[in-house]
Amino acid sequence: MNTLATPLVELADLRKTYNAGLPNEQEVLHGLDLIINASEFSALIGPSGSGKSTLLNILGLLEGASGGSYKLNGSDVTTFDDDARTRARHATLGFIFQFHHLLPAFSALENVMLPAMINGEGTGKATRERAAWLLDAVGLKDAYDKKPNSLSGGMQQRVAIARSLVRAPRVVLADEPTGNLDTHTSDSIFELMRQFNREQGTAFLVVTHDPRLAARCDRIVELVDGRIASDRANVAQA
Amino acid sequence: MIPLGFELTVALRFLREGRMQSALIVGGVAVGVAVIYFITAVLVGVQGDLIKRVTGAQPHIVLKPPEEIVAPLIASKANAPRLPSVQAKPQRLITLDGWPVIARQMETTPGVTAVAAVASGAALALKGDATRSIVLLGTDLDRYQRVVRLDDKLKSGVLRLEAADALVGIDLAKDLGAVLGDRFRVQSGDGQSDVFQIRGLLDLGSRELNRRYVYVNLRPAQSLLNITGRVTNIDAGVDDIMRADRVAARLRAVTGQQIESWIQTNPQVFNAIGNQDIMTILIRSFITLVVALGISSVLVVSVVQKRKEIGILRAVGATRGQMMRVFLWQGAIVGASGALIGTAFGMLLISVFSRILRNTSGEALFTLAFDTRLSVIAFIAATLLGLIAAVLPARNAARLDPAQAIRG
Repeated sequence: MNTLATPLVELADLRKTYNAGLPNEQEVLHGLDLIINASEFSALIGPSGSGKSTLLNILGLLEGASGGSYKLNGSDVTTFDDDARTRARHATLGFIFQFHHLLPAFSALENVMLPAMINGEGTGKATRERAAWLLDAVGLKDAYDKKPNSLSGGMQQRVAIARSLVRAPRVVLADEPTGNLDTHTSDSIFELMRQFNREQGTAFLVVTHDPRLAARCDRIVELVDGRIASDRANVAQA
Repeated sequence: MIPLGFELTVALRFLREGRMQSALIVGGVAVGVAVIYFITAVLVGVQGDLIKRVTGAQPHIVLKPPEEIVAPLIASKANAPRLPSVQAKPQRLITLDGWPVIARQMETTPGVTAVAAVASGAALALKGDATRSIVLLGTDLDRYQRVVRLDDKLKSGVLRLEAADALVGIDLAKDLGAVLGDRFRVQSGDGQSDVFQIRGLLDLGSRELNRRYVYVNLRPAQSLLNITGRVTNIDAGVDDIMRADRVAARLRAVTGQQIESWIQTNPQVFNAIGNQDIMTILIRSFITLVVALGISSVLVVSVVQKRKEIGILRAVGATRGQMMRVFLWQGAIVGASGALIGTAFGMLLISVFSRILRNTSGEALFTLAFDTRLSVIAFIAATLLGLIAAVLPARNAARLDPAQAIRG
């Protein structure tokens, strides 16, 4: 692991409060400091309600922070408006959700191409080739034109992985990507992410409840009650 | 994937995905458009029929000489005896001197399509034992035809008004016991008389006119009425019949003469037409409103149904503006396709009902005619309507918080 690399993600005293100013005000993140470097493959673990999803949403620029600073790729994104956040998200980040979240109206190949279409890269040959290459890489050579509903859960998650990588993001945020898959499928999905991490240098931050998977990451960040309880390099793996 | 741009592609997919929903709302727009077509066709048919009936044998505009009025004597003196009542003068046949000049002025006035001088007055028609009081109209047939068409009113015979020719109403011929080619005598109030031959029988649209009207050449009419070289009125046709009163006002200013349009002589008909127009505008507005509300409500529901998809698209990089445009597109597509189907459906309605609905004389009330202008207007209007109706749902879509939307 290269600790000298430019930090991709740099959180300092990051806080998140819901319902600020209301009687039910609740601070769920109490000042986090976290640095994620390029090409890192990290696990984010912790009990339910510890703030993992909130942290992932903030990192993914889907939610704003309530305090502290968040530098993504060197620029402070806490001051960004919605459009700027969307552009930064589009340029730097990839998402994999627990329930794969593919668009049912689009074929597998189209789902993978979607993030590229958004900024007008459109349906060009280059985009199509990259999408096809990614689908091949996740083992879905024969499923280009299949609609998500006709694919198994594991296959849908593979499409989602391909989609998260189509724009070659610097970091992929994965929210329990294997949460609803059987062990065997989980292993192969996890292995796919590791493979892209090795080959493309994409950083991954994987939220997981599965200690088996966490044990196979380079680094394990543990969140408890909105605070980082531990952050350690997984020596066994590294 | 079709190279259509992100927003349009997603809009089309969303519409296709909610097939039943999309079909229903496009159907709703189509019915609205079809009904607008249909009531427009009916209205045009009914009004055309009404106007034809009212103005059929009547010129749009008539120029008459000034009426003779009784001027009160010595009205200014304070102690002058007040006259308890003033009796109106009996109206003589007043004639227009210098009519060719006035006719030329009228002809060059904007809005006027044709002008014809007429010498008309009351007279008696005599044949055998029968005597009938008639309205004698002397005119130049070619010019008059351009003001009031007679060819479509000719039931038998020919349209010809040479020296001793006459065109008479069908009921008058019956009353006189005359048939085509018969001769009859016309006698004026001054005791002058002349003989005419019936060349054609006219159906002028009402029994009253058919019993009284006799058209002859201008010259014999002038001598019968004892107004040689002069005429009693000048009739004019206008290009837009519903604006006849404006042309009349213009002519009044140009000629300084007394001018009446058909609107002044038939105010109740004109008002009825105006009321129909207002009703139609109201009905159209309500249909438009209902269609817009329909599109809006379907899209509002669609935004709720597509929450998750919207969230995903936002997460993978779609901006608020792009999500907004996805739904605006849907509104526009629904409006446009509804207009296309509605046009076809409207044509079908018109063609079916044109066989059922008849006017007062038993002819089809309207004919099936593809109105290109109306179709283009309907298409553009429906598309814009869809777009406007989509604004609210589109804003809802744009405002969705992606993190919450994905969570479900």
